Amino acid sequence: MSRIKSAFENRKAFIAFITCGDPDLETTAAAVRAAAENGADLIELGIPFSDPTAEGPVIQDANIRALSGGVTTDKIFDLVRELRQDVQTPFVFMTYANLIFSYGTERFLSACQDIGIDGLILPDLPFEEKDEFLPACRKYDVDLISLIAPTSADRIAMIAREADGFLYIVSSLGVTGMRNEIKTDLSSIVSVIRQNTSLPCAIGFGISTPEQGRAMAAVSDGAIVGSAIIKLLEKYGKDAPAHIGKYVRTMKEALRTA
Amino acid sequence: MTNPNGRFGSHGGQYIPETLMNAVIELEKAYNHYKNDPVFNEELTELFNEYAGRPSRLYYAEKMSRDLGGAKIYLKREDLNHTGSHKINNVLGQALLARKIGKTRLIAETGAGQHGVATATAAALMGMECVVFMGEEDTVRQALNVYRMRLLGAEVVPVKTGTATLKDAVSEAMREWTSRIADTHYCLGSVMGPHPFPTIVRDFQSVISKEIKEQLSSKEGKLPDAVIACVGGGSNAMGSFYHFMEDKNVRLIGCEAAGRGIDTFETAATINTGKEGIFHGMKSYFCQDEYGQIAPVYSISAGLDYPGIGPEHAYLHDIGRAEYVPVTDDEAVCAFEYLSRTEGIIPAIESAHAVAHAMKLAPNMQKDQIIVITISGRGDKDCAAIARYRGENLYE
Repeated sequence: MSRIKSAFENRKAFIAFITCGDPDLETTAAAVRAAAENGADLIELGIPFSDPTAEGPVIQDANIRALSGGVTTDKIFDLVRELRQDVQTPFVFMTYANLIFSYGTERFLSACQDIGIDGLILPDLPFEEKDEFLPACRKYDVDLISLIAPTSADRIAMIAREADGFLYIVSSLGVTGMRNEIKTDLSSIVSVIRQNTSLPCAIGFGISTPEQGRAMAAVSDGAIVGSAIIKLLEKYGKDAPAHIGKYVRTMKEALRTA
Repeated sequence: MTNPNGRFGSHGGQYIPETLMNAVIELEKAYNHYKNDPVFNEELTELFNEYAGRPSRLYYAEKMSRDLGGAKIYLKREDLNHTGSHKINNVLGQALLARKIGKTRLIAETGAGQHGVATATAAALMGMECVVFMGEEDTVRQALNVYRMRLLGAEVVPVKTGTATLKDAVSEAMREWTSRIADTHYCLGSVMGPHPFPTIVRDFQSVISKEIKEQLSSKEGKLPDAVIACVGGGSNAMGSFYHFMEDKNVRLIGCEAAGRGIDTFETAATINTGKEGIFHGMKSYFCQDEYGQIAPVYSISAGLDYPGIGPEHAYLHDIGRAEYVPVTDDEAVCAFEYLSRTEGIIPAIESAHAVAHAMKLAPNMQKDQIIVITISGRGDKDCAAIARYRGENLYE
């Protein structure tokens, strides 16, 4: 069984997002271990980009902090290699198309396989452009994760039928960031997905509280949290990992009753 | 010229969030319908002629031609359009299209403020709401245009992220579009971004080369030897080149902003210093570092201060149909002053980049050869900044 598939096995998955290198890679390593030890089922590792067009202010700032700290794609590969010594949680990279294209698609994905990356999320790569990276992803056994948005409508079936790994459902219009309310009719989206694939689906964008996490996981297979975790890094810096561990435990508890 | 997936050779495409896909698909369908609709075209022509003041003049710059002592120089006077630049051509087209598909709100990015002013103008005319995103740095460099947009009823949002210039304004406009799509059209200002924008904007701007061809044919009875335009994203250049693309003897020359020079980091010359990449919805050439981080580019011209170039220009470069040359701040400022004194025409600092290259080219050409320079906008907006560049303590 693939590591991604096992993340959703017999449970609702809690998926944590962490921007690599915010504020430095040592903190990232500690934060990833804290999230894994406290029950995160899958961890999204953000490779920072200078111009993250799908992110709200919280993750934009994290990208700036990480890049001004001097983090690079190669240093992040080293971090993952080191983490894989003791952490078996599935990892997916979340970044932007240009970082992979510019690194060399083949070279980037072959490195992903070497260091133990299980999947790749690219918010600026829609269904129509997936052939840019899909052949290399399949060759190196890295799942290219498809996103489904509140506006996807007639596109959901087409996307779901050709998806790999899991489906990332974007809960709301707009960019990443915490929201008071999620109004999209997510159950209908999930039901179209279920008719077209047996892959699991998880909901992200705007989730921060245990109640939201439980509600989102109840209608799908898991909940994805980014900005709320990045907020802890913003607030506590190098001391954030302990707070992240505690937060992940709370969210994971909430998901058990979803 | 565009294949069905919006590709120009390997460039172009639609690298955008899933959230926006149905919006660009709807736009493409609407555009393919209306571009052949006689009523739409009649309305647009009426707006071009009666509102924007088209056709713009093709002016024989006799003094400049004599002074440079080579080719005959004609200036395509897009600076004489309503709102003072070529931007109005595209904006009237997109605003009309947006209204046809039921949108009531326009959002736009702007660098120098020319596209923002044009969008605010069209929104006022058509009774639409308007929000313009402008890098905070540019709101300072172009304070007068910020006031013009507000006067026209638009909201101007200063963008503080990144380098606080044009690229960040584009990113912020894209973010805004993903959060409000139903009533909002993103009126993109250049031949860039995801398909179908590069094609739509090119088509609306192609009126420039259509007119040049007709006007020069009646004045000289022949085609020009070279057409020169400045290139940031590249809309006035694409519009100036389009109807000459099949005329292989016409040299097409795009002038990029070299800033302090292409051997420095303070440059925005994409073709000359960038490499292929994927950003702002398109595959094209971008100024970037070895890891694909977009470079913080620089030019004295806020309108050319962008790290990328439209995908069709990237293609024209690849196949060798157009040439892209770097022009420094210094050369552009000299040309800005030269055209003002020689012809009594103050060009936008963007357009001055094209004038600067023509000044290098013309003396080496024959007297019966013809250069057309597109003066994409007027330079009133730049006077204070150029005065400061020359050491005068002048603020707006």
